[in-house]
Amino acid sequence: MALGVCLVCSLLVSAAAVSLRPRQARNKALEQKRNILAAAGLLAAGADVEALYRTRVRPRLVELDTGQYVADADVAGFDLRRAARDPATSDPLPASEDLAGIRRRPRRAPVYLVQNGGRTEQVILPVYGLGLWSTMYGFVALDAADLNTVRGLVFYEHGETPGLGGEVDNPNWRALWPGKKVYGADGAVRLALVKGGVDPARSGSEHQVDGLSGATLTSRGVERMIHFWLGKAGFGKYLRRVAEAGV
Amino acid sequence: MAEKASEALLKPLARDNSIARQVLGICSALAVTSKLETTVTMCLAVIFVTAGANAAVSLVRRHLPSSIRLIVQMTIIASLVIVVDQVLRAYAFGISRQLSVFVGLIITNCIVLGRAEGYAMHHGVWLSFLDGVGNGLGYSAVLLTVGVVRELLGAGRLFGLRVLPLASDGGWYVPNGLLLLPPSAFFLIGLLIWALRTWRREQVEAEG
Repeated sequence: MALGVCLVCSLLVSAAAVSLRPRQARNKALEQKRNILAAAGLLAAGADVEALYRTRVRPRLVELDTGQYVADADVAGFDLRRAARDPATSDPLPASEDLAGIRRRPRRAPVYLVQNGGRTEQVILPVYGLGLWSTMYGFVALDAADLNTVRGLVFYEHGETPGLGGEVDNPNWRALWPGKKVYGADGAVRLALVKGGVDPARSGSEHQVDGLSGATLTSRGVERMIHFWLGKAGFGKYLRRVAEAGV
Repeated sequence: MAEKASEALLKPLARDNSIARQVLGICSALAVTSKLETTVTMCLAVIFVTAGANAAVSLVRRHLPSSIRLIVQMTIIASLVIVVDQVLRAYAFGISRQLSVFVGLIITNCIVLGRAEGYAMHHGVWLSFLDGVGNGLGYSAVLLTVGVVRELLGAGRLFGLRVLPLASDGGWYVPNGLLLLPPSAFFLIGLLIWALRTWRREQVEAEG
């Protein structure tokens, strides 16, 4: 009897999961495009995400160790999380280099070039790393002209404490980011989240963003993930190559 | 029979409302009522699950060894909730993201298991189904009331459409931000229970 119930229930659940999967995957892909556009600051209410993405965003796949684009890569089909898990497409990170707390570094990662009339305006990089409770996933948009000025930041998935660390998706906090400079004069990542508010009159404030109050560890996670992904082990080589040779 | 059916359907609406009378299912009532869009989705999901679970449990009630009945009930409820969750993710992705864990938490909503154990185990399939729908509707009635008050007075909107012009956009209404925070649902449900018990004195429990 109980066996029968289990059988019927499992059939029901798997039928629903399997038959609805293509639709869910489509929703997910659309959501991803929406997030990328949001990081670029292009997402207006009621915009046609699909069309906007097609005309303005050019995804490319980057080999992190060389900073070169991977020729004829299927970027849309590339799954960064799977690549980071799979031993064939990622390398373990020694604890000393693992700033973002991600344990394995994928060898390849996508970048999204935001274009306007044939000119590249922004470079959007996927970033992720450990906060307090969860791995936070997001995108950072850099100005393509200097590859140093932040144009936008978005976190689209995290499990941080609502009201505290969860404020990483608060639009008011995200609005503090555009205009900040990532790198110092020596080329090292200088961007930091600071406690107690940024004093714009002080030197170095262009590298500082207000930390989230009540969320020291989440703030530190954000800072470390920026340091990792925009540093040498992350997109550093790619960004240097692009700065020298153009997009 | 018809009388019994209408009783099964209507009694949980006001006379024996799960939230107001038994004070069950409060957790989700706090979480999903800040906007009507999510409230309505949640209500439909709960109606579907209570009705489906009640009917299914009633169907197997005579063959159920009492030692494992709770676990079988949970299996049925959990399966229905997963189906609802999958459907929402496929057809209402934005809303399902806002509801996040609360769809999954229907599994632990006391109303569902309470009705399965308290009603469906002793009544026929049709009556149990109606009782499930009725309890879902009773839950929805409270949630919708709370949702309307919260969205209207908290944001000046209903279903996301502007109803009261906000002072910040040149109108006259200054929204009460407290109503968008979860605790306000507690106050509203408290007031609602008070009103209901003033109207129907027999719901007031004897002082212990």
